[in-house]
Amino acid sequence: MDEAYIYAKPENFKRACLYFHKKLNSPVAMMFACDERANKKGFKVYCAFMGIKYKKWVFVTMDVSGDSPEFESIANDIYSAGLFEREIKEMFGILPKGNPDLRRLRLHDEVWPEGYYPLRKDFKWQEGTGAGKKEYAFNKVEGEGIFEVPVGPVHAGIIPPGHFRFSVAGEPIINLEARLGWTHKGIEKLFEGKDVNLGVKLSECVAGDSAFSNSWAFCSAVEKICKIEPPEKALFLRAVFLELERIYNHLNDISGIAIDVGFSFPAMYASIMKEKILCLNEKLTGSRYLKGVNITGGVSVYLTVWKKKALLKALEAMEKDFKELKSMLYSSVSFMDRLDGTGMLKKKTAEDLGVLGLAARASGIEKDLRKDFSRVYSNVRFNLMKESSGDVMARLNIRVSEFEESISLIRQFVDMIKQGSIDLQEKLKLKDGFGLGYIEAWRGPLLYWVKLNKSGLIERCKIVDPSFHNWEGLCYSVLGDIIPDFPVCNKSFDLSYSGNDL
Amino acid sequence: MINILKNRIIKGIVTRPIEMDRDIKKIGAELKSLVYKRFGRSFHIREVDTGSCNACESEIIAATNPIYDIQRFGVSFVASPRHADALLVTGPVSKNMLLALKKTYETMPEPKFVITCGDCALDGGIFKDSYYVENGVKNILPVILHIPGCPPSPLVIIKTLLTFLKK
Repeated sequence: MDEAYIYAKPENFKRACLYFHKKLNSPVAMMFACDERANKKGFKVYCAFMGIKYKKWVFVTMDVSGDSPEFESIANDIYSAGLFEREIKEMFGILPKGNPDLRRLRLHDEVWPEGYYPLRKDFKWQEGTGAGKKEYAFNKVEGEGIFEVPVGPVHAGIIPPGHFRFSVAGEPIINLEARLGWTHKGIEKLFEGKDVNLGVKLSECVAGDSAFSNSWAFCSAVEKICKIEPPEKALFLRAVFLELERIYNHLNDISGIAIDVGFSFPAMYASIMKEKILCLNEKLTGSRYLKGVNITGGVSVYLTVWKKKALLKALEAMEKDFKELKSMLYSSVSFMDRLDGTGMLKKKTAEDLGVLGLAARASGIEKDLRKDFSRVYSNVRFNLMKESSGDVMARLNIRVSEFEESISLIRQFVDMIKQGSIDLQEKLKLKDGFGLGYIEAWRGPLLYWVKLNKSGLIERCKIVDPSFHNWEGLCYSVLGDIIPDFPVCNKSFDLSYSGNDL
Repeated sequence: MINILKNRIIKGIVTRPIEMDRDIKKIGAELKSLVYKRFGRSFHIREVDTGSCNACESEIIAATNPIYDIQRFGVSFVASPRHADALLVTGPVSKNMLLALKKTYETMPEPKFVITCGDCALDGGIFKDSYYVENGVKNILPVILHIPGCPPSPLVIIKTLLTFLKK
């Protein structure tokens, strides 16, 4: 097992967290609560760290009494715990004592009254109607000549909703606060009481553009709990599809970055390439977004000889097109000029905020679950991409090199899939227990902590999309830039609203 | 620049060749003439996401890419609801988005239509009966057309729009 659970008394919880935070050099990867009052155990709070050196996930856990639920906040010492504590406060009503910011993230004050905590087990589904009338308190920047620019939640483009509050002095942005939660749908609550097959379906709808990574992470959590390992072939197939998902999204972002600086020809060129991969996905699996491919214990589609041929042929064409796309982008001086030095996220800031995944690699943090924790990826040659400047240019470069790397990965995986046996699913015997499923999705590490009860139903499912960490990173990266540069910075991160809001 | 010109010539017109082409052209021609007649040459849509998982947005954007190119039929997506003939709504309507959705609808000039896109916009779909979801758009605004699918493919979006305009 690659998880270690350390039980701490409430008075030692903070010390234990600080110890692992320093020792493992890891931000808080996830922090969440569980309602176990039915077993007379009160609440349980977990705080997870990523121990790359030891190939272990370390969970520090403690009990919190059910009657007056509160614990000592660790956010003053570990910044990356702040958002998680706010989440625990609004969803469970457990007070993190000492956390300076307790505003609600998802249950907006305007529509949700105080005192209803949806993730508590005794929460009634139809409760919480009737509105609280409080208004959200944005951080205020005051001074001569400073004014606020509110943007959203409905934006000009075809994109999900989010509210951004810019404080500017003249042109440069002094402060940016993102208020999210608009797409909150109560997904974590919806998971509860469902069986695992429905759970897979639901996980595919957490974030539509990473449907496959979500379902893989969920499935691997369930597989871990039930102590089974899918057949090797199924794992390789999953890796192929994960990389396909990665490249279509990278193309989408490259297209978006180009269009946000007004460079439309290559943008359209990239969108054609993206469409081709979506069509390829449909050809291979029947779904453009790879839905329904993952099932617990394996995969549902088989790579036949003709599918394999079609895949390899498409890759070849894709590689050729991509070379052209690259030459168009990199030979345009004005395009490069717009990206260079825009949206800078320094390494130190990224580390403190707990930024992960692609955005972190662009700022010089070498972390990739595929490299660090991989079971499947240890079989292939794989270069980890890293940039150090942390600007939009760096994030574009990472995407470009990851695209090329992914194509090579797909080829290697396809080579390893032997024809013959079509046994693609390990029989699942449901057990009770809990476990962590994780996968390096295209945005970064995607974590699913799942707990099953005795009858095999989901009791708690905590999802952490890398966006949850990285939104803060975006807000810091635009400081000093001008508002017209915000779209391109935003696109260079391309964070999920739905995955963040759940 | 030279690269762009080169690729423009090499790529030529990509707008979906092969088997699907006939389909699109047929639909397209019909759609175009209808749009010309009913909406004075152009039909403008404003898209609002009320909590979808982003797959529907991805497909709507795909409908505007050079392969499907919905704009060639006079259908285009606009940035402001004040410019729009129709409101295209995705997502099951989260409580947070309820007010924003209503306000967007109110700002649109008459005559206006509401079209929903994706299974969860119909009745909440997979998110149905969650504590934070209003179970679809039809409880809030008069919906005239639904585009089914999770997510609907660009072709389905174009086809369904035709059905609507024919009415």
